Amino acid sequence: MSSVILLTVLSLSSLAIIAAVILYFVAQKFKVYEDPRIDLVQDLLPAANCGGCGFAGCRNLAEALVKADTFDGLYCPVGGAKVMEEVAKLLGKTAIAADPLVAVLKCNGTPDVRQKTTSYIGVYDCRITHNLYMGETDCSYGCLGYGDCERACTFDAIHIDITTGLPVISDEKCVACGACVKACPRNLIELRKKAKKDRKIYVACSNCDKGGPARKACKAACIACGKCFKVCEFGAITIENNLAYIDAGKCTFCRKCVTECPTGCILEINFPPRKPKSEPQAQSVPENPNV
Amino acid sequence: MKTFPIGGVHPPENKITANMPIKYLPASGSVVVPLAQHIGAPAIPAVNKGDKVKTGQLLAAAKGFISANIHSPVSGKVNRIDNALDTSGYRQPAVFIDVEGDDWLETIDRSEEIVYDIKLSSEEIVRKCMDSGIVGLGGATFPSHVKLSVPFGKKCDVLIINGVECEPFLTSDHRLMLEKAEEVLVGVKILMKALNVNKALIGIENNKPDAIEHLQKLSGNFPGISVLPLKVKYPQGAEKQLIKALINREVPSGRLPVDVGAVVHNVGTAYAVYEAVQKNKPLFERVVTVTGKSLKSPGNFMVRIGTPVGRLIDEAGGLPEDTGKIISGGPMMGKALVSTEIPVVKGMSGIIAVPVSESERTEVNPCIRCAKCIQVCPMNLEPYLLMSLAQKGLLTGQKRK
Repeated sequence: MSSVILLTVLSLSSLAIIAAVILYFVAQKFKVYEDPRIDLVQDLLPAANCGGCGFAGCRNLAEALVKADTFDGLYCPVGGAKVMEEVAKLLGKTAIAADPLVAVLKCNGTPDVRQKTTSYIGVYDCRITHNLYMGETDCSYGCLGYGDCERACTFDAIHIDITTGLPVISDEKCVACGACVKACPRNLIELRKKAKKDRKIYVACSNCDKGGPARKACKAACIACGKCFKVCEFGAITIENNLAYIDAGKCTFCRKCVTECPTGCILEINFPPRKPKSEPQAQSVPENPNV
Repeated sequence: MKTFPIGGVHPPENKITANMPIKYLPASGSVVVPLAQHIGAPAIPAVNKGDKVKTGQLLAAAKGFISANIHSPVSGKVNRIDNALDTSGYRQPAVFIDVEGDDWLETIDRSEEIVYDIKLSSEEIVRKCMDSGIVGLGGATFPSHVKLSVPFGKKCDVLIINGVECEPFLTSDHRLMLEKAEEVLVGVKILMKALNVNKALIGIENNKPDAIEHLQKLSGNFPGISVLPLKVKYPQGAEKQLIKALINREVPSGRLPVDVGAVVHNVGTAYAVYEAVQKNKPLFERVVTVTGKSLKSPGNFMVRIGTPVGRLIDEAGGLPEDTGKIISGGPMMGKALVSTEIPVVKGMSGIIAVPVSESERTEVNPCIRCAKCIQVCPMNLEPYLLMSLAQKGLLTGQKRK
C-alpha cells in the first residue's frame, strides 16, 4: 500500500521537475525585456486609469514616459505638476510645467430662466436625446441634464443637481481628465485654467443662435450683444458665432464684464462679495446655482 | 396574395380619412421653406431678401448631385433668409416668404387636361426631375434623379411603384391613387421610360380595395403596368420588404435595390414626376393627411410646402384639448414635433394629433426572452440581444452582429 503512495509521489515530483526545467528554458528563450523603470514610473502615477493623458491607462503613459526623449505632450492631469516632477527626477528628464485645469459647464439654463416647452419620455441618456431632438426646452444648445457626464466621471466630481437639472462640478474632486468633455454630446464642458482660490470667470452659455431666439429660449443666454467685449481692457473676450468667449489665459479677473452682461450669463465664482457702491447697482449678478 | 415572408406586425389601421377627398388649401399668410428638406447637401439660396418671387420660381439650387432644387411654393416677397426650426427642433437655414396673391410662373401648365403623350427622351426626363426638385415623397426624400440614374454596369429590369401606405392613419397616397389615378399611371410610364424598363408593378395593400380596382381598370390602357394587391402587413411599404413581396428578390445588407435590378418609387413621386414632365410644374405642393382620433374635421389636404403645421391643424378643426403629441409622418416611423410653427416639408406625408392617453410610453418590463421580437422582426435580427448589448454599452458588439 505504502509503495503505491511512494510511487505516486515520486512520479508526480519527477514530472514537476521535468516541467520546471522545460519551462525555465522556454522562459529564457522567449524572454521579453521590459525596462524596469516602467514599473517604477507606474507606481508613481495615480493609478486612476482615467485616460485623461490620452492613453488607455497609467501603464501606457508610463511606457511612453520612459521611451520619450522629452515630456512634450505627456502629462498626467490627475497627478499634476507634483507627480510629473517626481517622474522627471526618476527618469533624469525635465518636467514640462502645465497649468492645472478644471472642468466648467458652459450652460446656466436653470428651470427659472429656461422654460420647459416639451416633455421627453424615453431613454434617460443625453446622447440619445440629442440625436432625437432639441430637448425639453427651446434651447437646442443647452444642457439636457440626463447625466452622461455624471456617469462618465470616475472621480465622483460631477453630480446632477435635482433642483436645477444641471451638473455641478466639484473643484476639489475634478482632476481634469476630460472624460465628461468627451461624454457631453453638446460640448458644454470646457477644461479651463485653474486660478488662485479656484476663482473662475466664464461665459456660462453655448447658444449660437442670434440674440432674439436665444433670449426667447433662455433668459440667461448669451445674446452676443458685445458689451463684455467692449468693456474688457485686456482683449480676453472674443465673440464668434453669436457667442462670447473669455480666454482664461488673458483674463485678469477684473470682473468688469460680469457687471456689464445684461443677461447675467458671465459667472464669477469663488469671489468675495462686492463692496456696496454709493449708487445702487442696476445689474445684480444672479446667484450661481452651478457651484 | 403576396406579402413579405419574415416577421411583420398588424397595428390598428385607423384610416379615418380614407373616404375624404383631397381639399386644396390656398396659400396665405407667410411660409417658411427650409433649404434642407431632402437627403443630401442643403440647397443654396438663389434669391435675396426683398426679392419678389412667383409660384414655382427657383428659390434654392441643389448643391451637388445628391441634393435637390427647391422652388417657391407661393408668390410674394422674400422676407428674410434665416434659421428656422426643423422637425427635430434644431435651427436650419430657411427662406421666409410673405404671401402676396398667387401668381404662377407662365411656363407652368395649369389646365386640368391630362397629357398622355410623353415627348421627352430618357435623359431629358431625368434632367427635368432634377430641375423640378423631385424627391421621394414616401418620407425618405431621397432625390429622385439619383434613383433614376442607374449606375454604369448595373441593370434595372423592373420599376416598383409603392402604393402600400402601410403606416396607420395615413391616407394621402390612397386618395391620390383614387383621385389622380391616370396622372399617376402616366407618371409611372414616364419613370419607365427614364429607366428604360418595360415592366412596372404597383403594389397596394388590400385594405384599399377601391384604389386597387380603380387602378387595375385603368392600367388596361397602359401596357407594361400591372397592379398587384398585397396582404396587409406592416412594414410592407419599406423598400426592401416591398421588393421581397413583389418580385421575391432580397436586397443584401448595405446594398441598394438597383443591385437586384429594381428601382422603387412612391405613387406620390410618380404624380410629382407627371406634373414636372407633362405640366412643367416643379414640386412645391403635396398631399398631407391631417388626422387624429379627437380632431374635429380630419382630412387630406393639398398644401404648399412651407405652410406651418399649425395652419393645417386649424383647417382640421383646431388642436384638440387632449393632444399629447403631434407627429409628423406615420405613427410608426414618424417624429414628434416640438412646435406647430414647423413648416410642411417635401417628406411630410401626414400630421397626427395623438391624445395624451395614447402618447405616453408604457412601463418597460424585464425581458423574459419569449422571442416574440424575433418572430416579428422583418429584417431577421435578434432585437432582445441588441437590447441587452445596448444596455451594457457594447455598441461594437451590435455592429459586428
